[in-house]
Amino acid sequence: MIYDVAVIGAGVSGAMIASELSHYDMKVALVERCNDVAMGTSKANSAIVHAGFDAIPGTSKAKFNVEGTAMIAATCERLHVPFKPIGSLVIAFTQEEIDTLEELRARGVENGVPGLEILDQAKLRAAEPFINEQALAALYAPSAGIVCPYELTIAAAENAVINGTELLRNFCVDKIEFADGVFTVSAGAQSLQARYIVNAAGVFCDTVAEMIGDTSIPVTPRKGEYMLYDKTVGHLAKHVIFQCPNPMGKGVLVTPTVDGNLLVGPTATDLPHDEKTNVATTAPMLSKVISTAQKSVPCLTTREVITSFAGLRAHLECDDFIIGPSEKNAQFINVAGIESPGLSASPAIAVYVKDLLVEKLDKAKKAAFEPGRKAPVRFRHLSQEERRSLIAKDPAYGRIICRCETVTEGEIRDAILAPAGARDVDGVKRRTRAGMGRCQGGFCGSKVVELLSELCDKELNEITKFGEGSEILYERTK
Amino acid sequence: MQKNIICVACPMGCGITVELSDSGEILSVTGNTCKRGDAYARTECTNPVRSLATTVRVTGGVHNVVPCKSAGALPKGKIMDCMAVINAVDIQAPVALGDVLIPDILGTGIDIVATNHCPAK
Amino acid sequence: MLNYDIVVIGGGPAGMAAALKAKECGVDSILILERAESLGGILEQCIHTGFGLHYFGEELSGPEYADRFIKLVHEQKIEYKVDTMALEITDTNVVYAINKTDGLLEIQAKAVILAMGCRERPRGALNIAGTRASGVMSAGTAQKYVNIDGYMPGKKVVILGSGDIGLIMARRMTLEGAEVKIVCELMPYSSGLTRNIVQCLDDFGIPLRLSCTVIDIHGEGRVEGVTIADVDENRRPIPGTEQYIECDTLLLSVGLIPENELTRAVGIDLDPVTSGAIVDEYRETSHPGVFACGNVLHVHDLVDYVTLESQTAGEGAANYVLGKKAEAAYIATKGVNGVRYIVPQKVNLNNGNDVKLYFRVGQTYKNAAISVKYNGEEILRRKRPRLAPGEMENVILKKEMLEKFEADGLIEIGVEV
Repeated sequence: MIYDVAVIGAGVSGAMIASELSHYDMKVALVERCNDVAMGTSKANSAIVHAGFDAIPGTSKAKFNVEGTAMIAATCERLHVPFKPIGSLVIAFTQEEIDTLEELRARGVENGVPGLEILDQAKLRAAEPFINEQALAALYAPSAGIVCPYELTIAAAENAVINGTELLRNFCVDKIEFADGVFTVSAGAQSLQARYIVNAAGVFCDTVAEMIGDTSIPVTPRKGEYMLYDKTVGHLAKHVIFQCPNPMGKGVLVTPTVDGNLLVGPTATDLPHDEKTNVATTAPMLSKVISTAQKSVPCLTTREVITSFAGLRAHLECDDFIIGPSEKNAQFINVAGIESPGLSASPAIAVYVKDLLVEKLDKAKKAAFEPGRKAPVRFRHLSQEERRSLIAKDPAYGRIICRCETVTEGEIRDAILAPAGARDVDGVKRRTRAGMGRCQGGFCGSKVVELLSELCDKELNEITKFGEGSEILYERTK
Repeated sequence: MQKNIICVACPMGCGITVELSDSGEILSVTGNTCKRGDAYARTECTNPVRSLATTVRVTGGVHNVVPCKSAGALPKGKIMDCMAVINAVDIQAPVALGDVLIPDILGTGIDIVATNHCPAK
Repeated sequence: MLNYDIVVIGGGPAGMAAALKAKECGVDSILILERAESLGGILEQCIHTGFGLHYFGEELSGPEYADRFIKLVHEQKIEYKVDTMALEITDTNVVYAINKTDGLLEIQAKAVILAMGCRERPRGALNIAGTRASGVMSAGTAQKYVNIDGYMPGKKVVILGSGDIGLIMARRMTLEGAEVKIVCELMPYSSGLTRNIVQCLDDFGIPLRLSCTVIDIHGEGRVEGVTIADVDENRRPIPGTEQYIECDTLLLSVGLIPENELTRAVGIDLDPVTSGAIVDEYRETSHPGVFACGNVLHVHDLVDYVTLESQTAGEGAANYVLGKKAEAAYIATKGVNGVRYIVPQKVNLNNGNDVKLYFRVGQTYKNAAISVKYNGEEILRRKRPRLAPGEMENVILKKEMLEKFEADGLIEIGVEV
């Protein structure tokens, strides 16, 4: 079989593109090097939908950001992913920084960002009671918001799979050959054939492009470290709070998450080209995260931190997205350099790439397709009455597995059995939040392992944290 | 010869020094602050004993293993040997708390007994 | 809606002892809600011995200690539901809980006893840098895998934290054939019992390094090693003391936190030091009719004390239900001079009983004294040859003494050297 399109990389870009393509009459493969979708940049970033005033007017970043942000609410609704349009603030501490706010506003207006407003100190304090008293003013952008990036990715992948896309996990592309208008994409002993390739390989997009001789997009993996706080301090920020941007990015932000936690970060450290899987956190950068965040919200401490993590973003020298056919092969579509605001831009990027491929392949929209997915059960959000009727229908929802986040066995079963479902403990965690609370899986970890073992028909010691090599248990004690 | 022992008879944790002759005879016990310390140090020097708690493999039970313990203290030097014996045993469920799983382990006169129930699956 | 006089949340040693005592005091309508598959709580996985020395005068394993109470619960025909999770307590003492067979339970209680226990502090709370490799887990999670599931969670192990669970797991993993390379302790002393240091580490030649912590975790899939470093008096790593240790597992035994989600949600006042509720001597919280006992109230080192405390709470709940609760005339208690906290935080003078005050110190002392003051005046002094943060202390205020006190007075307990 020859696929019409192989999308390489099941991050937010790849999954959203596959989802769009799956609504058309074509055969699509979504290949992913890891055991799950959303395993790279898409699982460890700021989870922000940016308003779009940062990017230089006329760039791809500016275009796709503003377009994508305008689409995000509808996309999230269709895919049953929570999105909260809480707005963002860029705060200024000096007159010079207030000047920067004016520049950002002008840029935003040029980019077409709606509703931008500069708040004076009094208004800022009214909007953010815990903000540093020395903050003088802020640029308010009402169209900004927060979304869970891996949930969006998972939902998009699920939609794609429901509509017939083949998700190939643990498919780490190492060779691409092109003959008679068809690519042969290999990953070790596995291979597939496709007429078109979408290179959405994140920090590996240069590696994949090099396989067809395209060396035009060398990536610098830029590491960002974050700290996630307990829900008890989620109220310390009402908006996405940025400081004034610097050449390495938008700086350390403080933001609530859609789940009610507080997220602070990222730092920005450029890594050597060969460290594309280095997502270790470092003590100096974690202390930098907290000290910088304290400049925005001084009452933050490390006491309520529940976990820290790092993610890599694919930075290109041109500081812009590169989206379109490779100069080496018109059937090879690069979706490269998707760093911030890539999450915000993803709905627009997906439609753009879909339009391009639909035109090239001349395919029609399917007569019938599923536009979204089944809304996942979120037991913790239900009323007692809803809980009663849910358990009456399926007793599996009557057993709590994760105490911190009130996640039921039923939800975990759903997450494992879903299209593009979880295959490992971290996958269950990202889909259900089991293990994401303040005990970080201390109690529920072993129960999740048991459920994975039952539903995937594997021994307990074959269950992994995030794919082969990350097994949790060794052999039986006796 | 001198042996330094931390007393565990109570939470004080006294450091006790025991002087031994070449033949292993106890010449003196110093550093203890009570009689129990003296007694503990003497046993610890001549015949140290430990209780052992571990698990035994179970077949057909709700769990893979059932916890067990030595019904009395075992010679300290034989602990790992006892583990080897225990690890070689496979018990058929059900197991009841108090069941003797291994009588007289390694001829010590001490039984290995189940310390919990393990109903059949 | 179901109706019970007393609903006990948690069927571990605390919940069972409280329920049994309440029954003994004349309350028949009692329901225990337990989230695990069986009664017993965390004792089910604590298969080592050393439980019950005070209460039974015997050295029992955890399951054996629990079994004695489980038997009594059956004998006394106290109702209980396992695999049942309490989700919410309302301010009118309605408890919402769920399980697979009953679905959503709505239970009106006259009194509620909170006995949910505690949980272990995770890696995130320590902010240890490094990778997210598999093989980092709390000592209690490892204990469950080894003792209940019968699987090895690691072969070459580093343990951070020398609390009792860490020490117990060092021995347990060694007995099962793992190599425990080192136990690191951030503080200059171990918070574990001396007996455990001797029998769990010294016996097996496992080094204990004090004033030392893990600063980095290595490995992409599975842990491949950790970097440890000594720390200064402010618990900051000292540059130049870093040492790489090859291992596949890092077990964390870095403290326990009372599990007070339900408590907090009802709006019960919590003590910031214990992270448990503020209670009187019957362990009644700031919410009338809601009592708390065991590790959900403050972390105990011996289960025997959990049992005793829970009996007190059970008696208090029974008095409450039977309308025997005395009118309130509270004095407050307060730890000073090295005493970190006292439980109970307040004492009702009208109850007319001897009151035992439990407390912990913040550092180790030798040949010190405990001084108890009432409104600034010393009323009691007790010599203590040794005091340590890991060992809970107590003093008894005799009822004759309490009779002389007046409401709104203050009891202070401090260390004097």
